[in-house]
Amino acid sequence: MSILVNRNTHLLVQGITGQEGLFHTEKMVSYGTKVVAGITPGKGGEWVLSGKIPVFDSVKIAKNATGANATVIFVPARFAADAIFEAADAGMDLIICITEGVPVADMMRVRNFLDQKGVRLIGPNCPGLLTPGEAKVGIIPGNIAIPGNIGVVSRSGTLTYEVLYALKNLGMGVSTCVGIGGDPINGTNFIDTLMMFQEDPETEKIVLIGEIGGTDEEQAAEYISNHVTKPVAAFIAGRTAPPGKRMGHAGAIVQGGTGLAEDKIKALENAGVKVAQHPEEIPELL
Amino acid sequence: MKLHEYYSKRIFGEYGIPIPSGELAKTPQEAQKIAKKIGGAVVVKSQVLVGGRGKAGGIRVANTPREAFQHAEDILALTIKGLPVRMVLVDQAADIKKEIYLGITNDRSARKPVIMASAAGGVDIEEVAHKTPEKIIKCHIDPLMGLQSYQSRDLAAGIDLPRQHWRAFGKIALSLWQAYIGSDATLAEINPLVVTGEGELLAVDGKMVLDDNALFRHTDLEEFRDLDVEQEAEIQAREHDLSFIKLGGDIGCMVNGAGLAMTTMDIIKLFGGEPANFLDIGGGASAEKVAVALEIILSDPNVKAVLFNIFGGITRCDLVAKGILEALAKVKTNVPMVVRLVGTNAAEGRQLLKDADMETADTLAEAAKLAVAAAKG
Repeated sequence: MSILVNRNTHLLVQGITGQEGLFHTEKMVSYGTKVVAGITPGKGGEWVLSGKIPVFDSVKIAKNATGANATVIFVPARFAADAIFEAADAGMDLIICITEGVPVADMMRVRNFLDQKGVRLIGPNCPGLLTPGEAKVGIIPGNIAIPGNIGVVSRSGTLTYEVLYALKNLGMGVSTCVGIGGDPINGTNFIDTLMMFQEDPETEKIVLIGEIGGTDEEQAAEYISNHVTKPVAAFIAGRTAPPGKRMGHAGAIVQGGTGLAEDKIKALENAGVKVAQHPEEIPELL
Repeated sequence: MKLHEYYSKRIFGEYGIPIPSGELAKTPQEAQKIAKKIGGAVVVKSQVLVGGRGKAGGIRVANTPREAFQHAEDILALTIKGLPVRMVLVDQAADIKKEIYLGITNDRSARKPVIMASAAGGVDIEEVAHKTPEKIIKCHIDPLMGLQSYQSRDLAAGIDLPRQHWRAFGKIALSLWQAYIGSDATLAEINPLVVTGEGELLAVDGKMVLDDNALFRHTDLEEFRDLDVEQEAEIQAREHDLSFIKLGGDIGCMVNGAGLAMTTMDIIKLFGGEPANFLDIGGGASAEKVAVALEIILSDPNVKAVLFNIFGGITRCDLVAKGILEALAKVKTNVPMVVRLVGTNAAEGRQLLKDADMETADTLAEAAKLAVAAAKG
């Protein structure tokens, strides 16, 4: 078991003929992910990866032709909201958006629309999902994690890779790694993911990697103290970040006294979560 | 991106919000001319992107054009909170009977925009929110439906605005919402929105912050970016698509990924050092990017050591190491460097750097300790 993606995931790639889309499709396929088709409007009928994967003009056509059950989006930021709406309208119930730089107004419309439809979105501005040994959806390097019982959820990219790699070096495996993304408005938050990990029989321990900005970690802490019985270790980045500055991620900003790392750490500790001083401490806290 | 008051109000005006007649002046002569054209009392307002302009003497009332000249001359010589005043707005002075606040921003946790009004206008709204939150009336806006008329009536009633102003207030609220959405703003506020002696509503001061991610839809607004509020190095970094923020310390940081970059700053501090910057060079860490980033870091004379922390996932560490060495061949410096590479082919990468006599580290903790020691000499 695992959450969200596994060997039964039949994946579409929106923006498959773009540079990023094609590059990462190849990585996903060589990892063993079942990529069944790609979408690039205007390029329907073409094939990529030496004729292995068909390209369709729309998500609807691709879904009907292949029976795909998830889609990953690599289109440029200005087209991302449209790509998500299209996927949701075509009846995809799991959408992973890797794209960085989506306008926040677009994301608010997307999120409110998806909530009405009951569609799950991961991201945007995220590295995607990895269920080691089964499926890699997005850009997380496949070779840095091994199968196991630790669920990882994070707002960050390379910081997460760092933790995965440290776990792997100690022989500790991962059930699923979920990159929820660094934007202020995203599709799936910590609580959604914690809920799935809590219910997943294969996940025995959880790692939560947060950062400054917003109050998602505080809300997660409250959820953990009430609903999560599995041990949780955490790391929060940005203790030294100056207020009012966006630290790379659109959502990583301390504003009007909210979003501080100290508040998040305190809330998590009060919920019984072991919080690491730096990411290399995480394996020992588990 | 923050917009100046004059430009925010110009946008408000385009969306039908009543604003005072006024123009921008870059010299006292221009200010005098504008004041003469307006006739009567004017307000000379410094255009700098910080709060507290009034307290700093950056907003003054002039009763004659001659006085406007004088005030403009004084204000244009000011530096407010480190920012030089380069222009003043000369506005017709309003006959203020009542000051209210009206603003829209995004409520992150509700995932919706929120419109806020308060009868306590003209003062710092964050202070009001902190001390007397009950004085702020809030209403979430469904991003798929937009602001509804009943919502602005609720706000007007909530701040005890006399009924004769409800219609005008509702029109202004709707216009503000349209300006907010139309400009991809993350903040649009009128503070104060005044009720004049003639019983009109007028947006005397305005502020807008735009979503940087949406500027591709507003390329015409990019030229209004005020570079005075940014560090030279930050401007240079943005031109090269690097994410850089200058901090006060002496250990330069070059990292791939925003979360890892923050973590690197944190761990430097944890081991007794002070980071000089936040820098995310992005995924690939090519030689060109590393070279530009290194130049930006070293342009800060306070930097006494540089810590590279690169995770090689899809980009292999040996390629990253080659990139670093190529960059160092281009950028000559005596500043000590500590490199930590981790991930795919890390051992090969480290060997390449060791062969070139560079200090390398296996763990982040070790790298931070080495960098802190190097900075202390």
